[in-house]
Amino acid sequence: MAATAYALVRLRNLFAVVMLSGIYSLFAAALYVVMDAVDVAFTEAAVGAGISTVLMLGTLSMTTDQEKVHRKPSALALILVMATGGVLIYGTLDMPRYGDANAPIHQHVANRFIEKSGDEVGPPNIVTSVLASYRGYDTLGETAVVFTAAVGVLVIIGRSKGSHMPGSKTARRRREDAMASPPASDADKETDA
Amino acid sequence: MMIEKTLLRVIAKLLIPMILLFALYVQFHGDFGPGGGFQAGVIFAVAFILYALIFGVRVARQVIPSAVSRTLLSLGVLIFGGTGVVSMLLGGEFLDYNVLASTPLAGQHIGIYVVEFGVGMTVAGAMITIFYTFSGHVNDNLPFRKGGDRT
Repeated sequence: MAATAYALVRLRNLFAVVMLSGIYSLFAAALYVVMDAVDVAFTEAAVGAGISTVLMLGTLSMTTDQEKVHRKPSALALILVMATGGVLIYGTLDMPRYGDANAPIHQHVANRFIEKSGDEVGPPNIVTSVLASYRGYDTLGETAVVFTAAVGVLVIIGRSKGSHMPGSKTARRRREDAMASPPASDADKETDA
Repeated sequence: MMIEKTLLRVIAKLLIPMILLFALYVQFHGDFGPGGGFQAGVIFAVAFILYALIFGVRVARQVIPSAVSRTLLSLGVLIFGGTGVVSMLLGGEFLDYNVLASTPLAGQHIGIYVVEFGVGMTVAGAMITIFYTFSGHVNDNLPFRKGGDRT
C-alpha cells in the first residue's frame, strides 16, 4: 500500500495515477476484510476501485492526462504540511490501542446494538440494522448527499439549453453525427446546429 | 459506434446479466450477508456503465434514457423519506419502522427492506446520471479512448 501511495504521488501521468488509485482502493478493501469489516470492504471495492476509477477516467478524457509540473517547491507549503501532519499524528497518540476492549467505542452503544439488535430489529447482519434502523437519519442524510452530488454534477456540467455549450443536446447530437459519418466538413456541422 | 472487438462484446454480454443478478442479490440479501442498498446500487449502475463502455453511450441511452436515471435518482430519496412520513402517519416517530406492521419485528423488516431499496435506487440513478453527464462532454462516443491510447 505504501509503495502504491508513493508511486501515486510521484507519477505525472494521470492515467497511471487513476489506475494506481484503483489498486490502492483494492488493497484498502483487502485490509478491511482482514479487519473483519466486510461491509466496508464491499463498499470500498465497489465504489473506490470500481466506479470512481471509471468516473476519473471520464474526467481525464474531458481534460488531459498529463499533470502540469510546478517547478518551484514552496517552503511555506512544506512547513504547513509538516505542521498539519505533526498535529494529526500528535492527535493519534491519545487514541486507545487497536482492539482495546476498554476503548470508548466498545463501551458506548456498540454493546447494546450487538446484544439487542436481534430482538429489536431482526436482521442477522447487525451492520444493516444499525445503518437502516438505529441510524436511519444518518442513512437518509447519506442518500441525500448522493442525490445532491448527482444534482450538482448535472447543474455544473449537465445539459444546457444553449446549443453552443459543449454539454447541450444539440452539441452532443452534432458530435455523435460527426462520429457516425466522419467525412462531414465543418460547414455541414454548422448548418446542423 | 461501438468498439469493434468481438471478444469484449461477447464477454460483456455474458457478464452484464450476472452483474445485474448479483446486484439484486446484494440488495435483497443485505439483511443476512454483507451488502445493502448502497453497494447494490453501485453494482447495478456498473452493469450499465460497462454496457455503455463497450457498446457506446448512445446505445446505452436507449436502454436507460437519462430521464429514467434522473427519475430513479430522485425517487429513491422520496421512497426513503416517504417511509419516514408513512411511519409518522401511522402514529410512530419519523423513520420508526415498528408501526409499519402488526409486530415490531415485521415492521422493522419491511422498513429496512423499503429503505434499502430507496438507497439502492438513488445510488444507481446517481452513478448512471453522473456517468452520462461526463460522457456527454467527451468528444467521441467511446469515452476513454484518449486515455487508453497514450499508455
